[in-house]
Amino acid sequence: MASPDPPYDEPAYRSSALRAPRRPLVPLPGGPTEASGPVFGEDEVEPGDADLTCHHEGEPLGQRINVSGRLLDGDGRAVAGQLVEIWQANAAGRYAHEVDQHPAPLDPNFTGAGRCLTGPDGSYRFVTIKPGAYPWRNHPNAWRPAHIHFSVFGRAFTERLVTQMYFPGDPLLAHDPIYLSVRDEQARERLVSSFDWQTTEEEWALGYRFDVVLGGHLATPVEGLR
Amino acid sequence: MRGPTPSQTVGPFFRFGLAWLAGRDLVAEGHPGLLRLHGVVRDGEGDPVTDAVVEIWQADPAGKFPPRSPSGWRGFGRCLTGPDGGYSFATAKPGRVDGMQAPHIDISLFARGLLQRLVTRVYFPDEGPANSSDPVLTSLPDPSRAETLVGVPDGLGLRFDMCLQGPGETVFFAW
Ligand SMILES: [Fe+3]
Repeated sequence: MASPDPPYDEPAYRSSALRAPRRPLVPLPGGPTEASGPVFGEDEVEPGDADLTCHHEGEPLGQRINVSGRLLDGDGRAVAGQLVEIWQANAAGRYAHEVDQHPAPLDPNFTGAGRCLTGPDGSYRFVTIKPGAYPWRNHPNAWRPAHIHFSVFGRAFTERLVTQMYFPGDPLLAHDPIYLSVRDEQARERLVSSFDWQTTEEEWALGYRFDVVLGGHLATPVEGLR
Repeated sequence: MRGPTPSQTVGPFFRFGLAWLAGRDLVAEGHPGLLRLHGVVRDGEGDPVTDAVVEIWQADPAGKFPPRSPSGWRGFGRCLTGPDGGYSFATAKPGRVDGMQAPHIDISLFARGLLQRLVTRVYFPDEGPANSSDPVLTSLPDPSRAETLVGVPDGLGLRFDMCLQGPGETVFFAW
């Protein structure tokens, strides 16, 4: 299967101009280092770390959402016990980050970072609020579609992935160079979560579902390492 | 049939999401055999990349990974580059992981402007014979670039700068 990943050099994404390597990548034959990966324990993640709405005195502003899904390998098997980290802007599209200068309000009740370990069936679940779109200076009138950043560790170094989850029906997707950097349309659509009645809770929260499927060309980690 | 989820950039605003796992040393200060692996990340104009995430993954000094390595060996480190583009890890030199490869540390580099992580390796300058038979170092299409993969000893420890572009561009790998 062709790689679904975007190219490094993407003229429509200005920041890649001075950062994308110019020389061709060299294929790395996988050895024991690439076939293994870090292990994170239950003691490193608190249950509350998966609820981004409960870390301050009050409730954050915005639409409360449940974001859940499964971490799967390329063969569709559950990837259990692995670290998932997320971060995002608040409902107004502002990050709790010193470099974010977008003149939208900060929310004293929302920081926007969370983490958890996947369960035995590869499942994860976060409670958060729907992030707002935000402007960036990539091109005139540039707005990032609402998104949640995801960082996942697979079982092998080759499976390490940082990506972004988008929301269905967002009109900004058609104009976003980062989303569109994924050339394959089907692959691109795998970045978009789906609305999920099953995790939508009456008078409480909307549900969105986002499965993360790991690539990594060593699809099957070397036996015996785990 | 569902395929792999594509990569997207880590963006500029990851600090508050990823910092919790950064700055944990692989070995404690004062550890015998402590190796200070450090360096600077630079872009195509030679400017420091001040918003990068550097992650390392390596074997222990006996060449073992968790869970086979002695308990307490994580093998993993994360560092967010500073205003000077610098990163630093307190670690230990890895042993050989198989009969062929020279000791090495794998690096993942994430930053705004990188739609996928970059992957590279650090090799050790005091491993001449092992390096000269290492299957990765000896099969580079341009052998003169091998030196971009070998750390340079300095007063602090082992310096490994990464150049994203331009003369001296670090060798980055596809995996
Ligand atoms: Fe973002």
